[in-house]
Amino acid sequence: MNLETLPLQVRDWIVGRFPDALQWLVHHLLSITAILTVFGLFFAFTTIAERKLLARLQNRLGPNRSGLPWFRSLKLWGLTQPFADAIKAITKEDVVPAAADKVLHFLAPVVIVAFSLLGFAVLPFGRHLIPVELDAAILYFFAAGTATELAIFMAGWGSRNKYSLLAAMRALAQLISYELPLILSVVPVVMIVGTLSTQEMVLAQGGWTWGVLPHWHVFTPWGFAGFLIFLVAALAESNRSPFDLPEAESEIIAGHLTEYSGFKYALFFMAEYFGLTALSGLGVTLFLGGWQAPCAFLEFIPSWLWFMGKLASMIVFFIWIRGTLLRLRIDQLTRLSWKFLVPLALLNLGNAAFWALTPGWTGPLALARWAVSAAIIIVPFFLLGRRLSAGYAPRTYRYAA
Amino acid sequence: MTLALLLIGFLLLAAAGAAMLSRNLIHSALLLTGAWAGIAGFYLWAGAEFVAFAQVLVYVGAVSMIVLFAVLLTRQGATTAPVEFDSFRRAAAGIITAGGVMGVLFGAILGTPMDVTSAPPPASITVRQIGAQLMGPHAAALLIVGVLLTVALLGAIVIAAVDKPDDPAP
Amino acid sequence: MSPLQLCLVLSSLLFCVGLAGALARSNTILVLLGIELMLNAANLNFIAFWRYGPQPAAGLGVIFVLFAIAVAAAEAAVGLALVIAIHRHRKTVRLQDSTALKG
Repeated sequence: MNLETLPLQVRDWIVGRFPDALQWLVHHLLSITAILTVFGLFFAFTTIAERKLLARLQNRLGPNRSGLPWFRSLKLWGLTQPFADAIKAITKEDVVPAAADKVLHFLAPVVIVAFSLLGFAVLPFGRHLIPVELDAAILYFFAAGTATELAIFMAGWGSRNKYSLLAAMRALAQLISYELPLILSVVPVVMIVGTLSTQEMVLAQGGWTWGVLPHWHVFTPWGFAGFLIFLVAALAESNRSPFDLPEAESEIIAGHLTEYSGFKYALFFMAEYFGLTALSGLGVTLFLGGWQAPCAFLEFIPSWLWFMGKLASMIVFFIWIRGTLLRLRIDQLTRLSWKFLVPLALLNLGNAAFWALTPGWTGPLALARWAVSAAIIIVPFFLLGRRLSAGYAPRTYRYAA
Repeated sequence: MTLALLLIGFLLLAAAGAAMLSRNLIHSALLLTGAWAGIAGFYLWAGAEFVAFAQVLVYVGAVSMIVLFAVLLTRQGATTAPVEFDSFRRAAAGIITAGGVMGVLFGAILGTPMDVTSAPPPASITVRQIGAQLMGPHAAALLIVGVLLTVALLGAIVIAAVDKPDDPAP
Repeated sequence: MSPLQLCLVLSSLLFCVGLAGALARSNTILVLLGIELMLNAANLNFIAFWRYGPQPAAGLGVIFVLFAIAVAAAEAAVGLALVIAIHRHRKTVRLQDSTALKG
């Protein structure tokens, strides 16, 4: 029994039960089922983790009441809350405005969930666990994500509600603004590794210095800068706080989701989390070494556990940010993207080019390589940051102490 | 294989035809986005993965958004107001011309003896090969496309930007 | 009918749908969309000939389509910017109403 290839053994055993003609179909259906089950459950427990963690950050307890149907004494720390939420969402009335474009109003949640799941197909979950090995995996990932924008437009326009439409336009402006830094932060990795295949990118980050320092991209100057830009852009792309203006639940109604209720609303919610998980998975794959273990002596732990662990810590990090930072205004949001992240990402591209051209700088020159590469990114960071906050900081508060 | 092609072609043509016939501009744009996705499906069928993903990224992601924004920015009254056909004469002339062109094209395609092997090997091209081609023999063209896109971006902004109210009238 | 001919028939049908739309409708945006369809139909031909051509390994058809997509995107951006500018000056998107070159 080998834990590393256990999922593959289970799959092959099930596939072997079927006649030869159907095996390819069963093979792919099993991959799809596995993704749906694992990430469906992951989504369910992300919601409860988010609610409990946010509660703790705000000095509350969070949901802790829902137990099991027949064993009332077992509370399980409220861990069954997501299932109760699911039942509530399904049994709620589905309200469709009389004036709405019925087809588009119905299609929007379907499209957004279907396409937000597509990205998972190219993520390498383990050493041997990758649903589809594509040559142009990164391109596929971003191509699959484009349908989100269409779905948001369909939701906003199909609702025939001017607030929905306005909010959809705001959401689109945000998504389009942040797509640029997101893709630009990925390009340096493509440049250094020289491939668009996700599995090869993880393999390129294998190995350790002295057995403890992993060769992950995040531990290089360009990789660190790229990872930070990727994080900010990923937060904005998945409408997470502090960039959750499209449906700032405490200020405007619900943005483009105003006219949605019941299970359709739950589908949008689900798509948002799927998108966040997929983007986090891409971040883990590109910058955090994918399924590689951080130290040589920890390699006995199966690679897919490492991947899921890193993914979960990324999600927890995003929740932590949500509990910490304040929401931006729309003008601050777009200015941050166009005046700060995009130039920085472009400079980072040049930085990666410098890194790719100087692999021969060893010994004392290696220090110079690190210094130059770090300077290329840190100096513009401060200069651009100053320009960004010129006239805005330090703030004077008129009504607060 | 042929069945898949026929299916893709049918969906593609249905979406494109419906887009051209629709009286609702937004529906037209969305149906056309479907047609563009169908074209990406054709590229996938033909084994050109990279082009298929690029098609989705550019057309479904970017061009469709420009079209939708343009529709909303140039509307008169409600966006649901039907956009009627201009006149019967214009529609008839358009369809007759298109029919004539179609006849000529069909005649040319079906009348030409195609010199192809009956069962070609499934053609495919890796991203690495495409990259080598783009950076090698087609490097100049790639640079020119980069310049073209930059100029188009700037041009589009300059053309569509609102003149400041305090500008002197031209 | 060989598969290549089938692909060519499909692309010419698509071309004619685009042509009919561009000629029969008078809304500038729809005309532009028709032209985009015609461009895409041409791209289908490139891929079909690459697929069934003598040298699929050279990948010339693929490269050509990539360039065509880039140019078509630029064309769409500038074309729609023009539509918006015309709408601002003339308050119309009908093609027949903007016949004078004088702004």
